[in-house]
Amino acid sequence: MLDAKTPEGPIETKWENHKFDMKLVNPANKRKFEIIVVGTGLAGASAAATLGELGYRVKAFTYHDSARRAHSIAAQGGINAAKNYHSDGDSIFRLFYDTVKGGDYRSREANVYRLAEVSNNIIDQCVAQGVPFAREYGGLLDNRSFGGAQVSRTFYARGQTGQQLLLGAYQALSRQVKAGTVELHTGLEMLDVVVVDGKAAGIIVRDLNTGEISRHSAHAVVLGTGGYSNAFYLSTMAMSSNVTAAWRAHRKGAFFANPCFTQIHPTAIPSSDEFQSKLTLMSESLRNDGRIWVPKDPDETRAPGDIPEEDRDYYLEVKYPAFGNLVPRDVASRNAKTQVDAGKGVGPLKNGVFLDFADAIGRLGRDAVADKYGNLFEMYERITGEDPYQVPMRIYPAPHYTMGGLWVDYHLQTTIPGLFAIGEANFSDHGANRLGASALMQGLADGYFVLPYTIGDYLAPQLGSTPVDTSASEFDQAEADVKAQVDRFLATNGTRSVDWFHRELGKILWDHCGMERSEAGLEKALSEIPALREEFEQDVRVLGSAETLNSSLEKAGRVADFFELAELMCRDALTRRESCGGHFRVESQTEEGEALRDDDDFAHVSAWEWTGQGSEPVEHREPLEFEYVKLTQRSYK
Amino acid sequence: MATKVSHGDDAATGSRRTPFLVELYRSALGKKYLMAISGIVFMGYVLAHMLGNLKLYQGPEEFNKYAEFLREGLLTPILPESGMLNLLRLVLLVSLVVHVVAAVQLTRMNKQARPESYRSKRDYVAADFASRTMIWTGTIVLLFVAYHLADLTWGWVNPAEAGATVYDKVVASFSVPAVAAFYLVANLALGVHLYHGVWSLFQSLGINNRRFNHWRRALAVGFTVVVVGGNLSFPIAVQVGLIS
Amino acid sequence: MNLTLRVWRQAGPDAPGRFETYEATDISPDSSFLEMLDLVNEDLIGQGEEPIEFMHDCREGICGTCGMMINGRAHGPQSMTATCQLHMRTFQDGDELVLEPWRASGFPIVKDLVVDRSAFDRIIEAGGYISIDTGSAPDANLIPVAKQDADLAMDAAACIGCGACVAACPNGAGQLFTSAKLAQLNTLPQGQPERYERTEAMVEVMEEHFGSCTNMGECEAACPKGISIDFIAMMNRDYRKAKFRNRRSA
Ligand SMILES: Cc1cc2nc3c(=O)[nH]c(=O)nc-3n(C[C@H](O)[C@H](O)[C@H](O)COP(=O)(O)OP(=O)(O)OC[C@H]3O[C@@H](n4cnc5c(N)ncnc54)[C@H](O)[C@@H]3O)c2cc1C
Ligand code: FES
Repeated sequence: MLDAKTPEGPIETKWENHKFDMKLVNPANKRKFEIIVVGTGLAGASAAATLGELGYRVKAFTYHDSARRAHSIAAQGGINAAKNYHSDGDSIFRLFYDTVKGGDYRSREANVYRLAEVSNNIIDQCVAQGVPFAREYGGLLDNRSFGGAQVSRTFYARGQTGQQLLLGAYQALSRQVKAGTVELHTGLEMLDVVVVDGKAAGIIVRDLNTGEISRHSAHAVVLGTGGYSNAFYLSTMAMSSNVTAAWRAHRKGAFFANPCFTQIHPTAIPSSDEFQSKLTLMSESLRNDGRIWVPKDPDETRAPGDIPEEDRDYYLEVKYPAFGNLVPRDVASRNAKTQVDAGKGVGPLKNGVFLDFADAIGRLGRDAVADKYGNLFEMYERITGEDPYQVPMRIYPAPHYTMGGLWVDYHLQTTIPGLFAIGEANFSDHGANRLGASALMQGLADGYFVLPYTIGDYLAPQLGSTPVDTSASEFDQAEADVKAQVDRFLATNGTRSVDWFHRELGKILWDHCGMERSEAGLEKALSEIPALREEFEQDVRVLGSAETLNSSLEKAGRVADFFELAELMCRDALTRRESCGGHFRVESQTEEGEALRDDDDFAHVSAWEWTGQGSEPVEHREPLEFEYVKLTQRSYK
Repeated sequence: MATKVSHGDDAATGSRRTPFLVELYRSALGKKYLMAISGIVFMGYVLAHMLGNLKLYQGPEEFNKYAEFLREGLLTPILPESGMLNLLRLVLLVSLVVHVVAAVQLTRMNKQARPESYRSKRDYVAADFASRTMIWTGTIVLLFVAYHLADLTWGWVNPAEAGATVYDKVVASFSVPAVAAFYLVANLALGVHLYHGVWSLFQSLGINNRRFNHWRRALAVGFTVVVVGGNLSFPIAVQVGLIS
Repeated sequence: MNLTLRVWRQAGPDAPGRFETYEATDISPDSSFLEMLDLVNEDLIGQGEEPIEFMHDCREGICGTCGMMINGRAHGPQSMTATCQLHMRTFQDGDELVLEPWRASGFPIVKDLVVDRSAFDRIIEAGGYISIDTGSAPDANLIPVAKQDADLAMDAAACIGCGACVAACPNGAGQLFTSAKLAQLNTLPQGQPERYERTEAMVEVMEEHFGSCTNMGECEAACPKGISIDFIAMMNRDYRKAKFRNRRSA
């Protein structure tokens, strides 16, 4: 059984008290510690900057050409905080409660409470950094309600909240680079974690432009390397997002938790053909004013505007009168799938549902709508060639976020001592489903306000020790493994491109481990994936050399890891014979077709241990106890 | 916790600080700033020069009187004879040196910023002919000014006989078709230069206000039309015999 | 639709480069420009030729990774649009497209259409931030910001750092990028204490890497976010003041 090392005491004071109880590194000694931070997204950049400010010596790594470009930049909607600036009854407790409930009771209470608690500090910090959040005319911060929340607690910067928060963190990081506390390495991909005497001792990285492989050691390693939705091939993630860092840590002994908890976002633009390379998200905030519908008649041929009210099915409003179009993501997604599967899909490929702004434009006026969503409308028009002011948007669910990730304890430490995971890379806080505007909050909470404290507790006892020498045999071995893999890809000389395999893998996952999962489907996937992987190993074609930029080669390594991960996702989904949040097992549903949890058997985190390729992973469980939140069947009626 | 950007050199040299303008000039932004200021000086000059020359239309007497006044009348007796004119000449000369040297230095900097030019043909959207040819229109104007001075101020290349009045010199010069043509070309170049320069100086000086910005282009066009229109009329008037 | 591509191929930073011609066949007008390149690359791999390297990541116009010259324009023919947001319906069947990397000494070529834009990071490191340590901020609403200032700051902050401004500028100048960050921070009340130090420091690093501005406005026209050259004027003003003040306080 896994021990999360959650501190004792009432939930409201756990974190405060624990901060007091943890061991401290005194300011003068901090510079004696070296910390490696991999990833400079919201989580990684905020952590590296803060650790640098505290005085640690930090080495930060990203495969991006600049720390300003992480996937976090694409977040549109906003970031939650329990400020209660609008006196609408919000509080830390309510944010905590909503998050646990939204996660369908599969997250750790203490972590979520801490998240809600520090959410307010994040807003303070970001405003002080110059993040241009939206303001009201009086000059105070504006908020909106977002993704199913019944209070206005979402702070936003036009439709570019992630961009502005990331740039804030990037700037804080740049300041530390200038100050010399952080050494920033861009264009370097981490390809292995080195473990010496059971502790994380360093990493192996490859320079994407020159192919040079190098070793770096430190007292602790932090991974803020993002989520793995790209396992599905088509997702809303940036093209280069991948699981490699987390996966290679997993292969070195870090447990991977709840891999099957993936979030399918309801409002992406449906794909237009089979060569589509990625899906574009339309911010969830659109559901605040847009109404979702499909024609009642599957054979409808009229233009959307000509379809009279009585022939439209506003299925969410009908089915969930209290929440209507604002039901949580998983519910909205599954319902869209039901409509499309029933043949009522819209658009040329009949693969979407309408999101209609005609009412909102009538009620608020075109200008007000343009003010709120202008850039999203523009983006939509650019992609589809259709003007959403005139014609309803078409949307369809797309893989978007992964709640699963490296298992971490209350200190955000993985099962490898000295290896920490933050942001989307870890599994914490969101349970089986993430609420809108909570990922940015979690990434920054981890990076700015949690990890910089908890890491001290690990480091303090090591005062006086130096990082392991990179000439240690463990480094030799890890580097040799990395080199061998690179050489293998280049030598295979098969017939198919890396992208082809990735696309095929994505189809298997989407069909069997996507919005709906069944025992038979998962079994099928579990037989298809290894077969495809085998083919990949023998038949992939990677051209060019390892000494210059070679994106096929980069992708090959990432896709190899997706293969192994995909298997684990399916195995986890198969083992979890309940429906919860984003994980919908057809065998476990209510009579109305809603997700049916099984709290008696599955109120736990499944954390998987790697035992080698081809051998079954071992499941470890962390039981979840709920003292403050009452477990109820979610209902949005 | 401000990380102060260090001013190491200044601190070390203490009181021996370089003058503000020199310090400013070291940066490209500062050069542009001084180019704008010197540009304004030239704007004043070309406008006054054009207005004064309109006296050509009032006949030789008025025009020669005006030329005399410039030499002697300006602010005398406060200043000695020709004092103001020389002062103005000095200002113009300094402006010229600043404007030209800065332009050359900046052009060199810009070349270095793109040592390898695009191999494919550029398709410009906003960069108009005027803005892309400043260095060439400027060069033409500069060459012309040299000739113009040699012609009318120092009289080295003037076709009129020695001791001719200023008016006669002008008419003699513009009667030569090649000179008139050069004058026309140079003024068209000046027009193109002004069209971009007058607009551009607001940007360089940082004079920017969303309420008034649209006037900047109008001013540039208006100013260019007035100055160049006036200037162009002189050789034409001589050539067609309006002035003789 | 079918197109002819003339693509700049260059094996590495110091290798000589040249244009190669490729045919892109059977392209759907609904596909994106980069998806078209993906297909061309699939074909190249099939034929045993190294695929074309180009920059991209988010493919939705926000990360600023993508960018190339397409027929002599940075990010191609559509205004306010990054390369990744271009769709093939903007082009005609039978068109010839010439693809070339950004060219500027501040952006050395890495390979094919890929350039190194780290000079932008150096500019930000010089002062493109507000110095506030984590945890020391006062309550967010203690600093009211007039809505028009917040909006103006956001207009400037929308920059995605793609480098199209430098690429498009006939002078290879980095003014638009630098001034956008300055305008964001210098407009907000939080940014006032370091305003002039920041301006001086960032401008000076900018000038080490890039050319100088002659106010042609090509950057604004190429910017996928429509960042205005008004910000350049603001920067020029602040720089002059900075020079004056920093002298006094030095
Ligand atoms: C389209 C979209 C919209 C979203 N909108 C919202 C929203 O409105 N609100 C919200 O709260 N959340 C939103 N999210 C989710 C949120 O953006 C992400 O969960 C979050 O930003 C993840 O941050 P991160 O720092 O954990 O990872 P990332 O931002 O993905 O950063 C990962 C970093 O790790 C680096 N890295 C990864 N692997 C390696 C390696 N092997 N070697 C070196 N470096 C590596 C990368 O270079 C990068 O710097 C959205 C997500 C998407 C896809
Ligand atoms: S790929 Fe991100 S902006 Fe184009």
